[in-house]
Amino acid sequence: MTLSNSIDRGPLFFRDRDWHPAAYTPGYKTSMTRAPFRPLVSLGSTLSEETGPAFGHSMIGELDNNLIMNFTGQPAIGERIIMHGRVLDENGRGVPNTLVEIWQANAGGRYRHKKDGYQAPLDPNFGGCGRTLTGPDGAYEFLTVRPGAYPWPNHVNSWRPMHIHISVFGSGFGQRLITQMYFEGDPLIAKCPIVNTIGQENAIEALVAPLDMNRAIPMDCLAYKFDIVLRGRRQSFFENRTEGL
Amino acid sequence: MMQKLDYLKETPSQTAGPYVHIGLTPNALGIPGIYPVDLGRSPVRDGARGERITITGRVIDGAGMVLRDALFETWQADADGIYPGNDPRGAADPNVTGWARVAADFDTGIWRLDTIKPGRVPFPDGRPMAPHINVWLVARGVNLGLQTRICFDDEEQANAECPVLTRIEHKARIPTLLAKKTGPGEYSFDFRLQGEDETVFFDI
Repeated sequence: MTLSNSIDRGPLFFRDRDWHPAAYTPGYKTSMTRAPFRPLVSLGSTLSEETGPAFGHSMIGELDNNLIMNFTGQPAIGERIIMHGRVLDENGRGVPNTLVEIWQANAGGRYRHKKDGYQAPLDPNFGGCGRTLTGPDGAYEFLTVRPGAYPWPNHVNSWRPMHIHISVFGSGFGQRLITQMYFEGDPLIAKCPIVNTIGQENAIEALVAPLDMNRAIPMDCLAYKFDIVLRGRRQSFFENRTEGL
Repeated sequence: MMQKLDYLKETPSQTAGPYVHIGLTPNALGIPGIYPVDLGRSPVRDGARGERITITGRVIDGAGMVLRDALFETWQADADGIYPGNDPRGAADPNVTGWARVAADFDTGIWRLDTIKPGRVPFPDGRPMAPHINVWLVARGVNLGLQTRICFDDEEQANAECPVLTRIEHKARIPTLLAKKTGPGEYSFDFRLQGEDETVFFDI
């Protein structure tokens, strides 16, 4: 058990559901039949959501966070980028030793999935996924190629901006989150029906990673910085007294 | 002027999309070679205490279609109601990892979870909750992962006392959280995302 696990036991902060996308967002058509219509039953966190799966370092391979090399050992084609940042909680504390998984299209905008029929070619050396554990300060890093934009059948001429899917754990099951990182300056972000499931402009901005020239490696790759914020915990500051007193 | 309440905001959710399996279960999708095994293949190991159970079911949308691209994760306590990892009450059965990743079959949409029936876990006020498996479900078209629970229809007494189930105001909806016993150690459970028998989802 890590130190963080022994601290992070308190009730989770409530979710701001106006900040997240609503379930029913007709601009993104698939949500129309998959969104619950009934009100969610308000519960608040219990031990079931405050505890969570722990992962050991032993499972993570040396190349797991290197999407350029982790599929065949031969380099994938495309613009090489570093994606890095920290996993934090709403109190601004790093979340150490937690699993971050990513997946993405290749440089041409094609996924390695039998259902993806886009005419851009598959790259024989690009699998499209990676994973890593955060360090003691919550930091993570991936080496990958910049994913291409691609068309999809939502409305006529819908295109997804360049994006990387991200799955994060945290220290409690109620913190579980999947999101997407977008790239600074991409004109397709504002037009994307999935991006626009989010109602608030500053919430959308929280998903756009800035170009980070301090982390770029000369003559090698550019870097993008993307911090991920998980739900905070209420008890953190009151560990020496019983909840509710 | 007052001080600012400068907490960070949680990163907004986005749909897992149709290709979530590339990232989370690449081997099951037919992309071998990146990871030796997919994570979360089983929440229990041989020797885990408790009743072995299998739950099978489907995820169904508001048009009655069975989703073949759904993926969910489960998190559960051991047979004594202790969570593995960071439960403040103590250590769980070492053969219970508690967490599983369950993908619907790409052709039929049917999923299957082999596990043990969990014990009762206390609600924050100390009352025991009914035995339950926690679920977090994602799919294309789901903008924020859905949180729910699988309880069991053969736990009448525990269900009747459960502070979570009894909190559900519309009693007719409680059966949407109950896995139906179909045989010794066998249960069936469908998630319904929308419609008449919509599953109860929680705001946690």
